[in-house]
Amino acid sequence: MANVLIVAEQAQGALKKATFHALGAGREVAKRTGGKLYVALLGAGVTKAAEELASYGVEVRVADAPALEHYLAEGYAPVVAGLVKEVGASYVGAAATAFGKDLLPRVAAKLEAAMATEVLGFAGDGGAVTFRRPMWAGNVVAEVELGTPVKVFTVRATEFQPAQKEGPGSVVPVAVSVDLASLKTRFVSFKEVKSERPELTEARAVVAGGRGTKGDFKEVEALADELGAAVGASRAAVDAGWVPNDWQVGQTGKVVAPDLYVAAGISGAIQHLAGMKGSKVIVAVNKDPEAPIFALADYGLVADLFKALPELRAKIKAAK
Amino acid sequence: MALKILVAAKRVEDPESKIKVKPDGSGIVTDGVNYKLNPFDEIAVEEALRLKEKHGGEVVVASIGGEKSVTEIRAALAMGADRAILVKHDGPLDPVVVSAVFQKLFELEKPDLVLLGKQSIDDDQNQVGQYLAERLGLGQGTFASKTESLESEAEQKKQPGLVLSADGKSLEVVREVDGGVETLALQLPAVVTTDLRLNKPRFASLPGIMKAKKKEVKELAASSLGVDLAPKVVVKKLSEPPKRQGGVKVADVNELFEKLHNEAKVL
Ligand SMILES: Cc1cc2nc3c(=O)[nH]c(=O)nc-3n(C[C@H](O)[C@H](O)[C@H](O)COP(=O)(O)OP(=O)(O)OC[C@H]3O[C@@H](n4cnc5c(N)ncnc54)[C@H](O)[C@@H]3O)c2cc1C
Ligand SMILES: Nc1ncnc2c1ncn2[C@@H]1O[C@H](COP(=O)(O)O)[C@@H](O)[C@H]1O
Repeated sequence: MANVLIVAEQAQGALKKATFHALGAGREVAKRTGGKLYVALLGAGVTKAAEELASYGVEVRVADAPALEHYLAEGYAPVVAGLVKEVGASYVGAAATAFGKDLLPRVAAKLEAAMATEVLGFAGDGGAVTFRRPMWAGNVVAEVELGTPVKVFTVRATEFQPAQKEGPGSVVPVAVSVDLASLKTRFVSFKEVKSERPELTEARAVVAGGRGTKGDFKEVEALADELGAAVGASRAAVDAGWVPNDWQVGQTGKVVAPDLYVAAGISGAIQHLAGMKGSKVIVAVNKDPEAPIFALADYGLVADLFKALPELRAKIKAAK
Repeated sequence: MALKILVAAKRVEDPESKIKVKPDGSGIVTDGVNYKLNPFDEIAVEEALRLKEKHGGEVVVASIGGEKSVTEIRAALAMGADRAILVKHDGPLDPVVVSAVFQKLFELEKPDLVLLGKQSIDDDQNQVGQYLAERLGLGQGTFASKTESLESEAEQKKQPGLVLSADGKSLEVVREVDGGVETLALQLPAVVTTDLRLNKPRFASLPGIMKAKKKEVKELAASSLGVDLAPKVVVKKLSEPPKRQGGVKVADVNELFEKLHNEAKVL
């Protein structure tokens, strides 16, 4: 029976929502293998977070140490790899966030394991679970087998329901001996992009702007705020330095799947579509009737975004 | 303080090309598809050149693939890299194998820094740099970016985003992570993978292209390196994702609002 270990992600002791989606995926794998589901939680001052995870009915192995305050792949990977061996896990997963994508390949290398990134779904059972994952900017979906005893994966959070609470679990502390001075990596600083808006990957609605905004995101942001939505952007808008990196939606940015996605002044390049085509309802506002985004949009409006967005915002406000 | 930099250069399908799956799901249709240097690797080459321009040193390009990868190697040499290594291998590869080959190249070349793209735009795995750092026991700085935008003055002046310490022993890397931007200091040698905002790669000049023809491209057979070349990530079958049905246009904002409210019920 192949056990499953999911690596949780937290910041200042608060669990990331994506972790619960990864836990949902982990539960599915454990059902397929008939093994037990474990969670690894690393950090400093994470007791509360460990208890919260345990309430989902899993055994949480928690490494709580001052040396783990700032995440460093080099410091975290040996701890996770140690846990994999301790609990006898053959499947090791996490959410495909910046953290998961940085850490898990390093863990995999330590375990001489192969890895599948940004998994969309699973098939098979026992020791032979296979993975479905996107390639070529989501133009292709591949069915992948990992030919190593331990198999490592990250999951696309939007493709998995978050785990439900299932009876009491447990918290087992793990002793860690990470000597920061011996690492070749040193944490210097973190500059947070503060936002009052919902997180892009979790928001019920997203309003995104592209090069068509010409750098003026006021109307995009105002509509987002009226909707209680997050703000997204195309690569062109981020590259120009108009908005933070963190807002990029696409193949190499964030993958979102809200109920409503409004693309304003975005042409609809395949790399952008890769990050939002899973949205329930897509609205496109673009001056160019030939823009490729219209082929995909549920509701396309050929218009100047600077005229259409305020009008739409007024309508929404009036209807409240 | 001169830096010797090993840069990865992978041949991939042009991101502008239309990718279609063969009817039997065994691969993609390659007819009419153009190839180019992986866009992230182009950024890695550019960064290596800027570091060399600032600190002196040597830029060595490495690619693993078939004979055709010479084209992408020449593209990197035309940008200004000094010499190249082609590790010849036909057939499927995966990050486990590629990182094992790069480990050998590291041992052969003993660079101060290995620069790779954060991801290949064909397999979209985003793994090789992290595997390599672990194999070599080095620090990793993935998703390297810079504080200034691509429209900034610093970018216009072609300044590197990676900052070498005064003693030349460590490198500061600004990383794009969720919720903000992180800075790490890596002891050299180190492994860095590039994100989109690190720099705008230069175009090769005509003299650059001419010079590239004369630069050394050493060919090594992958089988001569003593690494297991059997992929562990085995692609069984490819398919195309379900097509989204869209294409409906509305006449004006009134109709849009009405549809979103009454039909889609999202407002
Ligand atoms: C390796 C790689 C990775 C990439 N990753 C990503 C990614 O993750 N995410 C991403 O988004 N892109 C990504 N790209 C870039 C992508 O290919 C496109 O270049 C980019 O998405 C274009 O952004 P855009 O639609 O804002 O700009 P454009 O393509 O220039 O489109 C601007 C649109 O605005 C419209 N417009 C102009 N003025 C107005 C107005 N007043 N009102 C309404 N409409 C107007 C125009 O008609 C046009 O359709 C990647 C590319 C590569 C090569
Ligand atoms: N065959 C290859 N030859 C040279 N570099 C490669 C090769 N495969 C991957 N790389 C490098 O590793 C990076 C990450 O690739 P991947 O993990 O496959 O997404 C790429 O951007 C390249 O820099």
